[in-house]
Amino acid sequence: MEEAARLDHLGPSEYRKMQLTALVILRVLIGWHFLYEGFVKVINPYWSAGGYLSESKWIFRGFFHWIADTPALLSIVDFVNEWGLILVGLGLILGLFTRPVTIAGMILVFMYWLCNPPFIGYTYSMPPEGSYIIVNKTLIEAAALFVLVLFPTGKQFGLDRLLFLTKKTS
Amino acid sequence: MDQEESRNFDEPAGTESASTESVGTEPASPPAYTTGKIERRDLLKALTGIPIVGVLFWRAFRKKGIDDFRRREILSELGDIGGAPAIIPQMRHTAGEKIRLGIIGFGGEGEWLSRCAGFATSEVTDSWSEALLEDRGHTALRDFLAQTDLNLEITAVCDLFDVRAERALSASRNNIRPGGEGITLKGAVHYHHYRDLLDASDVDAVIIATPDHWHSRMAIDAVRAGKPVYLEKCMTRTEQEAQDLYRAVKESGMPFQLGHQNRQIEAHEKAREIVEGGILGPVNLVETTTNRNSPGGAWVYSIHEEGNPDTIDWELFQVAAPHKVPFSAERFFRWRCWFDYGTGLSGDLFSHEYDSVNQILKMGIPKSVVASGGIYFYDNDKFFAHHDKEEFPVVEMRDVPDVFNVACEYPDRNMTLVYSATLSSGRHRGLVFMGHDASMEVGNTLTVTADGGSTRYRQRIQQKIIDTSLPLFSYQPGQERIDAITSASDQYFLTRGLMYTYRGGRRFPTNHLHIAEWLDVIRNGGETSCNIDRGFEEAITCHMATRSYLEGRRVEWDPVRRKIV
Repeated sequence: MEEAARLDHLGPSEYRKMQLTALVILRVLIGWHFLYEGFVKVINPYWSAGGYLSESKWIFRGFFHWIADTPALLSIVDFVNEWGLILVGLGLILGLFTRPVTIAGMILVFMYWLCNPPFIGYTYSMPPEGSYIIVNKTLIEAAALFVLVLFPTGKQFGLDRLLFLTKKTS
Repeated sequence: MDQEESRNFDEPAGTESASTESVGTEPASPPAYTTGKIERRDLLKALTGIPIVGVLFWRAFRKKGIDDFRRREILSELGDIGGAPAIIPQMRHTAGEKIRLGIIGFGGEGEWLSRCAGFATSEVTDSWSEALLEDRGHTALRDFLAQTDLNLEITAVCDLFDVRAERALSASRNNIRPGGEGITLKGAVHYHHYRDLLDASDVDAVIIATPDHWHSRMAIDAVRAGKPVYLEKCMTRTEQEAQDLYRAVKESGMPFQLGHQNRQIEAHEKAREIVEGGILGPVNLVETTTNRNSPGGAWVYSIHEEGNPDTIDWELFQVAAPHKVPFSAERFFRWRCWFDYGTGLSGDLFSHEYDSVNQILKMGIPKSVVASGGIYFYDNDKFFAHHDKEEFPVVEMRDVPDVFNVACEYPDRNMTLVYSATLSSGRHRGLVFMGHDASMEVGNTLTVTADGGSTRYRQRIQQKIIDTSLPLFSYQPGQERIDAITSASDQYFLTRGLMYTYRGGRRFPTNHLHIAEWLDVIRNGGETSCNIDRGFEEAITCHMATRSYLEGRRVEWDPVRRKIV
């Protein structure tokens, strides 16, 4: 009976084993991507979001250009990007505070897509590897994170499991 | 459907019935009895992420280590010149005595120089203010006001065209200028003849921005009158004038600056250090170019509607010209198109390229020069095949070539300097120094690329530390240090990211810096960067090219007798 009551075979529906595996792999891979992207930005003294932001061409370009043109704002955005990517990456791989970091990651990557989407007539200075129209890997990653928000796995494979188990229930 | 949608993670477990088909939830809360108890299985599953993070950092730091090693190896090739930015002599404090400036020649360049000195016409500052009302991002007025106040006053102006004389007076009176707030300017006096301007007691120094045929006599008279001179290029129209001016300036000891503002470009100073440091190996070929493709670029300037014999003193304009002709508005406004007043591509554009190379290589006057070219686009028949006669009502087009190529030999330096120019093709070619070990492209930034056939870098190329398909490094103005390039994305960020991270630094037009340097020498002594010696080298080299073109032969420089033969 105690066996059955263990988390892994817990009552209300849980994932079948393959589904859980796939979701955790996806979470860790996306987390790895975020963590490494954040890492290289932090160690690169010349990195700034300014170039990417200045190239914005779509309907929100005014907002993105404003950030790029305001040094104080740009510093903040650079910092948030570098460390946000690292924190989201760590959170996803380690399964720590999984839900908030997944949502944050999704919003961040979606904003990257909103800034420079692959529409007809838009060319950017950093050519992508691959051919895209409207949908590109950035958008797909945002959508994948959206799936991970709705199909969480941190409490099973992740440090959240420890937090969850030590949480007091009334 | 409703049940699943209304479900949320905070609801306690067991409130709905299990459904083995639905997936997508974790347990809502831990079963009561497990609270606080952590089993080994829990720990294993909780800590699965940690080794993964470990592997990532292990690989990432290893990659960083390899890249850093390559960077250090590349930079160790640079030796002393590697880390530091270019050494630019510090501008000394300019708030010395106020200098009273006379400006002779207020055409396109004269007005630009006066603006770089901190004086703009009210017409221009008004248009900037209006533009600012419409577009908050319009920076012209702000940038102008942010220039350093050079502690100057324009007390005298001289121009043969009444409209330009008026503009010069307006600039001298306009207190919308750096450091000008609240200060009323007395304004300048206009002199019709430049000698009267030079006689004025309230003129300390002069800027001469007239057509080339007036340069030497005005500058000679100015230094003999004890006035320091800032002279526009080409220094003179002929070799003899260059000899005379050289002697006069040396005898007078007056601070002299030739208007080659490239001397203020940081990247050029760095380029000089790179060449002197042996990074390129022996430089054997330097390619300089001009590519333009517009009537304005070919000096077919617009003719002012008020330009006529009543407003322009044509007779006086022609005094310094070898051939006298009846009034011609075209010759007055488009003087660069005729050898009577200017020197064509040679003195107009080759001179700038030559001085840039001279700044970097310090090679002086060539031993021999061969030049050739022709009027291949801007003559009446050919031009109007592509342009509208009504837009360009023209009688006479030009006698200077619009395609021009020059080869200058420097056997003592084992190199050739090549200049290739066309006014009817806009393709960018740039300025390239070719050495046996590496080549360097110079613009506002600097890019050095190792050569596959290099002997100096051969080992590093074999070790794959140096990749000849990428630049070795690139240098941007304002950058704190040179950084080596180890990948294409490195290159991308170095050349683009830095442009956008360059904040807080101030930027000025290079002419402003060049004028400021001249004033600094006037106040505090020292040498200007483009002094009479450099000016002489420039003038002679350009005149050698012009003569080779006109005479259809190779010309040589006799260094002993100091003349072109």
